[in-house]
Amino acid sequence: MRFVFKTDYDQDMRLFKHGGQRFWYAMLGLALMAAPWLVSEYQLAQLSLIAIYGIAGLGLMVLSGYTGLISLGHAAFLGTGAYTEAVLTMQGWPFPLALACAVLLSAVTGVVVGLPALRVRGIYLAIATLAFGFILEEVIVRWEAVTGGNSGLAVPAAALFGAALSSTTSFYCLCILFAAAATLVVLNLLRSPTGRAFVAIRDSEVSAQSMGIHLARYKTTAFAISAGLAGLAGALYAHQLRFLSPDQFTVVQSVELLMMVFIGGIGSIHGAFFGAAVVIALPQAIGALTPKLPDALGSAVGLQPTVFGLILIGFILFEPMGLYGWWFKVRTYLELFPFYRRGMFRRQRSFQKSERLR
Amino acid sequence: MQLLQLLVSGTSQGCIYGLIALGFVLIYKATETVNFAQGELMMLGAFAGLAAIVYLGLPYWLALAAAVTTVALFGLATERLVLRPILGQPAFSIVMVTIGVGYVARGAVTMIPAVGTDTHALPTPFRDEIVRIGQLVLGAEHLVVIAVTLLLCGLLYALFRFTRIGIAMQAASQNQLAACYMGIPVRRLNGMIWGLSAGVAALAGMLLAPITFVHVNMGFIGLKAFPAAVIGGFGSLPGALAGGLVIGIVESFSGFYLPEGFKDTAAYVAVLLMLAVKPNGLFGETLRKKV
Repeated sequence: MRFVFKTDYDQDMRLFKHGGQRFWYAMLGLALMAAPWLVSEYQLAQLSLIAIYGIAGLGLMVLSGYTGLISLGHAAFLGTGAYTEAVLTMQGWPFPLALACAVLLSAVTGVVVGLPALRVRGIYLAIATLAFGFILEEVIVRWEAVTGGNSGLAVPAAALFGAALSSTTSFYCLCILFAAAATLVVLNLLRSPTGRAFVAIRDSEVSAQSMGIHLARYKTTAFAISAGLAGLAGALYAHQLRFLSPDQFTVVQSVELLMMVFIGGIGSIHGAFFGAAVVIALPQAIGALTPKLPDALGSAVGLQPTVFGLILIGFILFEPMGLYGWWFKVRTYLELFPFYRRGMFRRQRSFQKSERLR
Repeated sequence: MQLLQLLVSGTSQGCIYGLIALGFVLIYKATETVNFAQGELMMLGAFAGLAAIVYLGLPYWLALAAAVTTVALFGLATERLVLRPILGQPAFSIVMVTIGVGYVARGAVTMIPAVGTDTHALPTPFRDEIVRIGQLVLGAEHLVVIAVTLLLCGLLYALFRFTRIGIAMQAASQNQLAACYMGIPVRRLNGMIWGLSAGVAALAGMLLAPITFVHVNMGFIGLKAFPAAVIGGFGSLPGALAGGLVIGIVESFSGFYLPEGFKDTAAYVAVLLMLAVKPNGLFGETLRKKV
């Protein structure tokens, strides 16, 4: 059991709430730093992918989890970042500059897409972002002079200060570094007035507005930050896979990103990384189980999407906070040790709220 | 003549979009949920019809009835098992559940050995027949689509206008709580709406099957029906059909007059324009919340 005795208002706003958290996150950092010596090269590449998807998930979390705006076109931002990075690197731009441009361009795209968000909401916004995702996908396919169209685009390895980061280990370090930086940025954002405004908008637009929050400005900011993070993930993704083609940035990919943050736990920073881990680990887990399954089931192509969909439905039905919810319950159980009650997290029944009125 | 030809083919394609959009709107009006699995329900309908024709040897029209019934039952079951338990949760979660249902449906059909991954032609009595009116050459399957859509609209209109259950559905969609107080079994009605909407989707699937083919990704056409529903105004049944027609015609014209690539995105450009100009759609109602 842990008891945090608060003596200062600032304690509520600190990044680490108590010494235990500091200790465990330091351990996590150490483990990630030691990973190149502990795991195989293939697993290291998978860890880099988890970091990359986690960054994209963080972006979506800021938008959907904290500001409450649905985006069904996030793969488009990922694609913008990836293609900008690829094209600029091939022109001979240094990596940091190309990366900055990729993030910036994605953020600008985000602002453009966010403009309809000022007028429409809920399902209309989802459809506007969906429409945008389709259009950008088509642009990538048709603009062959720049993107290579359907035949794809080969991307060189990232190079930092003249040294190519072509080995799995060096690129892994880069990904982890960016993931940690992105997490810190988002954490700090969320405890700043801007982040509080996002949460207020999510919970009730009307009351946020009457508290003096400029809806248009904050929604646009949320879109810009979210798209910028997705662009960062896209740029790293381009260097990780070394090959880009339009079918990596389809609407299905957008939907999968959304499913990822839902499985991880919507509205939590942990959720982005938990979800990314599920997305990366699921094909491996299914691959490992295949020999044990009957042949007709194990070799079927559709097994993976079916399982992914079932996991999503299961989580929404039984654990709406996703994997983070599980983790949170276990943590609470340990922290309150003898006093945990089964009903503590019972879901409240609520009436359906109408979105038609606004 | 060219113009008329394009108009007719656009209209028949638009009817398909309209039928799927009708499914969205039915569910949205009744339960305020957007069903992202509508396209997959259509795909299930087409596969059910295929199974009825190929394996059971039923004639096309009987297979159509069988497919519609099967998928309607599937819709009912989905509502009961997956959606009713999370009634009252945020709309976002419910939307994600329907996305999950669509995902599972697509994956499960892919998993059927020897059927799921192939493209099938649906044998129909009117396949490849051509009707000539003056200089106009029309495919019979396009005319069937238009005729069946008109018939269905008449039936739905009659249902909502003249039957007890239709009027109860209207009441529930206007104000669920008040309808509940008036003794209308809102939950059961929601289930029936899901069944009805799934049936309409299956019908669209059976009508679309002779034009395209039956394959597992035909459900993605549902994503084009969204723009149709938005253009019509999301809460309006005639609007859904009108929106479908607009999208179908815009698409068929842009496929002919504009360079390659515009046909597939025309629907989305149209919906973005509509959202920028008139977010409530052609027939949408504007409601405001007073604090």
